[in-house]
Amino acid sequence: MSDRIIELKNIKKSYGQVYALGGVDLHVDQGEVVGLVGDNGAGKSTLIKILAGAVAPTTGEILVRGKPVTGWNAEKSRAAGIETVFQDRALAVQQTITWNIFMGREIVGPLGFLRVRKQREEASRLMREIGFTSKVFGPNSIVGQLSGGERQGVAIARAIYNQADLIILDEPTTALSLTETAKVFHFVEQARAAGRSILFIGHNIHHVYDISDRFVVLDRGRLAAQITKAELGSAEALIKFMEELAHPAEIEAALHSGARA
Amino acid sequence: MTDDTKSTSAAPRTLDANAVRRDAEGTHADQSRFRRFLMDHRPAIGSLLVFVLMLAIFAIGNPMVFTQWSIYRAVLIGLPVVLFVVVPLVYVVTVGEIDLSFPATIGMSGWAFALVVQAGYDPFLGLIAAIATGLFLGFCVGWLVVYANLSSLIATLGMNFMLRGLIQIRTEGRSIALVELPKSWAYKIFAGDFMGMPLQVVWVLLFVVVCSLIYNRHRFGVRVHIVGDNPDAAQQMGIDIRKVRLQTFVFVGLGAALAGVFAVFINYTWWPTSGESFLLPGLASVFVGGTAPWGGIGTVIGSAIGAFTVSFIQTGVVGVGLSGFYVQFFYGLIIILSLLGHRWNQVRYR
Repeated sequence: MSDRIIELKNIKKSYGQVYALGGVDLHVDQGEVVGLVGDNGAGKSTLIKILAGAVAPTTGEILVRGKPVTGWNAEKSRAAGIETVFQDRALAVQQTITWNIFMGREIVGPLGFLRVRKQREEASRLMREIGFTSKVFGPNSIVGQLSGGERQGVAIARAIYNQADLIILDEPTTALSLTETAKVFHFVEQARAAGRSILFIGHNIHHVYDISDRFVVLDRGRLAAQITKAELGSAEALIKFMEELAHPAEIEAALHSGARA
Repeated sequence: MTDDTKSTSAAPRTLDANAVRRDAEGTHADQSRFRRFLMDHRPAIGSLLVFVLMLAIFAIGNPMVFTQWSIYRAVLIGLPVVLFVVVPLVYVVTVGEIDLSFPATIGMSGWAFALVVQAGYDPFLGLIAAIATGLFLGFCVGWLVVYANLSSLIATLGMNFMLRGLIQIRTEGRSIALVELPKSWAYKIFAGDFMGMPLQVVWVLLFVVVCSLIYNRHRFGVRVHIVGDNPDAAQQMGIDIRKVRLQTFVFVGLGAALAGVFAVFINYTWWPTSGESFLLPGLASVFVGGTAPWGGIGTVIGSAIGAFTVSFIQTGVVGVGLSGFYVQFFYGLIIILSLLGHRWNQVRYR
């Protein structure tokens, strides 16, 4: 029996008359990578915001490690070990990797002075943990000199330092090159190997398919499918499923026959 | 090997990615310790170069004057006053704001000091009164910017006029002379003479060093950098960005208070215009020293050197034999040249 980090049960969220989420279940276990996919407007970002505690669900139940939590908010989300990495927004790019990793949680000695060596060593250790090592960059490198994928690495390292058991990666590979994407995958795999869980959100189904163990498909605020990689078999199967969600089969057929005629 | 280009069409080449990568990484990895030091301290070293260059030009212009200690001493007497505000201004600029109210805070704090001493109390008590005044005014200015959400450029300019106006209304332009001040213990400790060196220089150097340490190695300094760099990120990671911003303004208040007191120590007199003349040289020093105008990065040591450069211009121009009419021109020239130099020095990452 694997350790269940968080479980959402029948989560509904409405903005006035509009339902963003109409009863969604989601759970993430220790050490698994869950791919969250869905078209624009499917409710992915609302779900992430609820997990991060930035938005409160209208109704529904949230269980942290099996125990129901009331009054869910950002603070409780962090206490539960959930850290969200938003793409390219949460780093101070003119500062060093170390300063970014310890942002808001600096290791200080007496009088509030930094324990510079301890921080540097800890930063190196975290970077090693996710396989973020390079001859070119060290803990004292400026984040602005790093590529997009490496910046994601800094954000992941920071999430791990903050004791995150579940790291939510919001479209971490958007606008990244092939090699950069491979780097992010590498960090994710290393983090999983170290026992962390990842919720991976992406529009590129091939990316999501490659990295995830299990998939959650949202469609117009509802859970369309929960399926493991083994059950799915290939990325094409997932893409076909999502296309059929967007366009019912008969319309699709009509489109194709129309194109042929 | 030389036939590489010819052979491409004939046989398929093997692409050795590892060799290319090793080659590329090698060029970065071999940075010596010295080179890294230079890169890390580029702005400060740049402003030191500007200063040395300027000094060299002056010295060539008039070797007789610039080989004597007395001309440097003349600058050293006045320099501490401006340094006390330049250093905290580096913090404010790094956090992404500006403070133009410090001249009036210098005036107000010096006034508080002078009034306490004039009333017959010990100058140490006056110092405490001045610091309290400075902290309070810094808090007020910071509150207007951070919590009332006013533009720091306009709000601090307004505060500068208002506070200076208050001084003028109350004193009607009269100064306060403290003829007994040089006899006090406080004077001997803070502004006395130690083997030809004005003691205020020692104090201000201590101030600069401590502030530089806090800027680079203290939690407060780190957060000043981060808030100036990316306030959204700072907030997301649980940093109280309003508090950090407010603290930098309070810090300027503290620096201005010390500047105000030292100005009175040096002249034995407080004038209602005290501090006014520091506005533009003080600000210029921050940027001449290599602190970036857009926030997030800066250098305390560099800006202290910048203050030295700016303070030296007037003495230097006159010492070289030019009339006082040249001073403003050289102020401008040095500022522009320094900024051009830093432009190439500072990289703005986004």
